Amino acid sequence: MTTTTPTTTGTTTPTAPAPAPAPTTSALSLSRTTATAARVLRQLRHDPRTIALLVLIPCVMLFLLRYVFDGSPRTFDNIGASLLGIFPLITMFLVTSIATLRERTSGTLERLLAMPLGKGDLIAGYALAFGTLAIIQSALATGLAVWFLDLDVTGSPWLLLLVALLDALLGTALGLFVSAFAASEFQAVQFMPAVIFPQLLLCGLFAPRDTMHPALEAVSDVLPMSYAVDGMNEVLTHTDMTATFVRDVLIVGGCAFLVLCLGAATLRRRTA
Amino acid sequence: MMNFKPDSRPPGENTTQAPPAPPAPPAVQAENLTVVRGPRTVLRTLDFTVPRGQITGLLGPSGCGKSTLMRSIVGTQDKVTGTLDVLGRPAGHPALRTRIGYVTQAPSVYDDLTIRQNLDYFAAILDPGRAAADRRHENVTRAIADVDLTTHADALAGNLSGGQRNRVSLAVALLGTPELLVLDEPTVGLDPVLRRDLWNLFHDIAAARGATLLISSHVMDEAERCHRLLLMREGEILADATPEALRTRTGADTVETAFLHLVDAATETARTKETPTKKTPTKKTSTKKTSAKEAPTKEAPTKEAPTKEAPTKKTPTKETPTKETSR
Repeated sequence: MTTTTPTTTGTTTPTAPAPAPAPTTSALSLSRTTATAARVLRQLRHDPRTIALLVLIPCVMLFLLRYVFDGSPRTFDNIGASLLGIFPLITMFLVTSIATLRERTSGTLERLLAMPLGKGDLIAGYALAFGTLAIIQSALATGLAVWFLDLDVTGSPWLLLLVALLDALLGTALGLFVSAFAASEFQAVQFMPAVIFPQLLLCGLFAPRDTMHPALEAVSDVLPMSYAVDGMNEVLTHTDMTATFVRDVLIVGGCAFLVLCLGAATLRRRTA
Repeated sequence: MMNFKPDSRPPGENTTQAPPAPPAPPAVQAENLTVVRGPRTVLRTLDFTVPRGQITGLLGPSGCGKSTLMRSIVGTQDKVTGTLDVLGRPAGHPALRTRIGYVTQAPSVYDDLTIRQNLDYFAAILDPGRAAADRRHENVTRAIADVDLTTHADALAGNLSGGQRNRVSLAVALLGTPELLVLDEPTVGLDPVLRRDLWNLFHDIAAARGATLLISSHVMDEAERCHRLLLMREGEILADATPEALRTRTGADTVETAFLHLVDAATETARTKETPTKKTPTKKTSTKKTSAKEAPTKEAPTKEAPTKEAPTKKTPTKETPTKETSR
């Protein structure tokens, strides 16, 4: 093609490749979002052990719980349903905080943000990928609990799944946000007890929220996990969607969205 | 600057580069460029231009600010003051994101994806949409071939050697049609054969596509293969010239010696606060000029392309003495 010395690096000379159309730099591009989600899932597919752990651990825990409370099935109903909402939150928090931290430290984030990728595309891509994973995880856990471990749910298991999915998104959002403040994987993992444990203690899993010290009850009122657990319990005890359930779902979903936006704000195109 | 394009450029492809406005601005134009990182001023009031369609080498010891300068150009560096125009727009402008290819010093690829999957993803970001799938596939295949990794296309990036991962990272920058390629030490840790091949590729890209390449290195022998050089030291630009002019001016056989000359001179200036520096190197020139001319034969085959073109570019060379005096 050219008169320059032929390269041994490849059979092709770098002739001008097919030109790309004018760059589209909209805030959110569907194809870039799905490409990002597909990439995140593809990365996970090369790591089957992580997938196995993600999917199996909630099932094993529920199984364990079922026989820990062998004598009082009512307790299992309460705690089991709550855990169905808590597992996706915790696992997705961990997975996302590490994954985005790796993206930040490996330089791929810098490279992506130097490309025409919107911050929203990246965040939505992650949310989509981990949301998909959360559906699989929650479906298996819910199915196991309802059909094999005799979890007594009055409402529809689909509603359980819905809350679980929103919890997973909330976990993804929190993980994304928190990874901005972690300089290493060690720190990222330590954010788990810092961010998740207080919510776990105050969400009503260990003691009903209205029996707590009023100060703690007030704190628990503003923590999203309280509403996740509350929503699960609504499904457990009511046949229909109650107003409380709708409120809980909206709050958890709204929190997830809000924190995702906060997470997007932590992605900086220019860094020191 | 467009008048001084290498002759080897095929006439038909010139058009790919020429934008509608006849006097195309230089690829990079910096005035008073200063970058502060934490307590340190990494770049101090730099003024320079990077001409279009050429390979400009950015050389200097590690820690002198090369990477910071490159990050400023691609728009990922914070706290940049002064003027920095890239391809006619301020650095970091959203419209530049498809027009610049950038390779960071550490390979920035996903270790848990194969080479092809890595490139597929970045290609989908650059050129999204289902309609572009065929074009993307073609570009990805070509980019993998360009960096000689076709046989490893389905290997996980994490299982590759350091040099191979570097090349995957480079391949990402070759996707699409970047008008400006900013490569931060792209040949570090590569064997000589591969280094030569990559430099040939860089020259092909500059010649065939009319692309501008800004390549940093601290290996001085690579400097001989650039059309122009920016020599940096401690956040300042010591020289901005063709390798040939640099050797002639300092009377050195190689760019490395020339660089050392300039560093010594700069250190001396800083120490004495006077300006005898300007004379010291020029005096030596007269005695060593002959050896400077003989030198090219030693490495003639490798640096054939730049030396051939160097004499044709006279205008930029003239800038250098003024640079020196201002110091």
